[in-house]
Amino acid sequence: MLTDTDLQAIGLTLRLAGVTTLILLLIGTPVAWWLARSQSWWKGPVGAVVALPLVLPPSVLGFYLLLAMGPHGPVGQLTQSLGLGTLPFTFWGLVVASVFYSFPFMVQPLQNAFEAIGDRPLEVAATLRASPLDTFFSVVLPLARPGFLTAGILTFAHTVGEFGVVLMIGGNIPGVTRVASVQIYDHVEAMEYGDAHRLAAVMLIFSFAVLLALYAWRPNARK
Amino acid sequence: MSSIAAAFRMEYPGFSLDVDLNLPARGVTALFGHSGSGKTTVLRCFAGLNRAPRGRLVVEGQVWQDEAQGIFLPTHARPLGLVFQEASLFPHLSVRKNLEYGMKRAGNKRGEGFDACVDLLGIRPLLDRAPERLSGGERQRVAIARALLTRPRLLLMDEPLAALDLKRKLEILPYLEKLHDELDIPVLYVSHAPDEVARLADHLVLMDGGRVVASGPLMETLARADLPPAFADDAGVVLEAVVAAHEADGLTRLDFPGGHLYVSRREEPPGRRLRCRIHARDVSIALAAHADSSILNVLPATVQAVVATDTPGHVLVQLALPQGAVLLARITERSRLALGLAPGQPVVAQVKAVALLA
Repeated sequence: MLTDTDLQAIGLTLRLAGVTTLILLLIGTPVAWWLARSQSWWKGPVGAVVALPLVLPPSVLGFYLLLAMGPHGPVGQLTQSLGLGTLPFTFWGLVVASVFYSFPFMVQPLQNAFEAIGDRPLEVAATLRASPLDTFFSVVLPLARPGFLTAGILTFAHTVGEFGVVLMIGGNIPGVTRVASVQIYDHVEAMEYGDAHRLAAVMLIFSFAVLLALYAWRPNARK
Repeated sequence: MSSIAAAFRMEYPGFSLDVDLNLPARGVTALFGHSGSGKTTVLRCFAGLNRAPRGRLVVEGQVWQDEAQGIFLPTHARPLGLVFQEASLFPHLSVRKNLEYGMKRAGNKRGEGFDACVDLLGIRPLLDRAPERLSGGERQRVAIARALLTRPRLLLMDEPLAALDLKRKLEILPYLEKLHDELDIPVLYVSHAPDEVARLADHLVLMDGGRVVASGPLMETLARADLPPAFADDAGVVLEAVVAAHEADGLTRLDFPGGHLYVSRREEPPGRRLRCRIHARDVSIALAAHADSSILNVLPATVQAVVATDTPGHVLVQLALPQGAVLLARITERSRLALGLAPGQPVVAQVKAVALLA
């Protein structure tokens, strides 16, 4: 059976992934829309920055975030002046780090979905008196729904699976920053292979179920 | 009085558009030209989907664009309807919701004219279907109804039949003709199909290379012999005729000002107006009527003009019929020399085929 700390770690992991996915839906949608529609020179550089977490070692990302959010970093100075203290080694510090880390997993599927819609439905909506904002909600969102599902599932699953960034930013505080992946690491360090096995199996089944849902459902959504 | 004044000037690499148009406030204006002539760009400028850097568009006193004063109404603020070439229905909405989409946003919340419009286009049985379960012709009819339900002051149609096969075209043309008879708003109809234009248009704008080469009432403009050679291969006139009588030997007589034509038996009752198109290549010329010819439709005429065409060795002859009707005949230069044709000369026009358009 899973121990209480295991369950606590799983709960924390799900909360982190859920909050991160919600925030990224709000931030990632306009960024993806801009990347899909803009013809600006900035499109290339911005697209590259968005994709960086795909190739960067999580420890590198975590290192820079740690510096930025630390007491002497720009973000840390800001949070301190707002009376929030510093973010590293807190749950919200983990959320900020996860938002950066999972950014491309939200933006890229959305960008593809928006690009696939093309110009025509937007032009049609305009000739039917829909303003651009109206068009976005009445035409783009419904047509891009499969893209939103894919992006949401990928972001959630990817956040569940993070480890390096969590260690750098969150450390290993039970109930605050000790997520499932870190808990497994702890079990292994402590030679508790039985506990590690059980939690690892839960993660494996969860990940497989998520991906199965995604791939099995996708061909229908394409129609 | 012309109620739509439009002038658009824009440059792309390898293409420039420079048009200045005055269009009537009623009836169908066909914007006709070969692909690449700029006709669709002009239509998109009317809709505000393209913005000509130097442009001005006034529709019945309402300024939609005037770059000199920095005025440019975005598409969604222009009271227009646009029917695109391919099916453009929203796939996530039923036919009914598609129709309501524009209707509500155009302020027609109570759905005034909904029933009449649905019946005019024959789409009542389709209302609760999804667009993906309609045929191409049905989709275009729904798209036309959707545009009309916004109660536009100008209806734009961008080759609405081009993506349909012949059978679907013939299915939808009668609806377009009904529209033509019942709509009291101007329609701008982009096409590269001469038959559609001849059948539907009242006013014709010919475009070539981003320029307007001719603009005027349909029949007058088609009868001109001075059009650019690019149009001469497809040259032909349209006559408005009336079904006069169904004769015993299986032929129908059509009367038009200046003569009559015999065609194969028609369904229409006597008195019905019909448009017919006579291709220049289906008209030959003789100096006198022959009793020993099998050609039935022989009309006395006078040569008005002779012009060269794009095809080497061929000329276009403009023939005046009594009472102002005009025919075009495409003959070889050799025949012209052999007959010694010159302006003012009385001849006989032999019409080998008449295409009836309704």
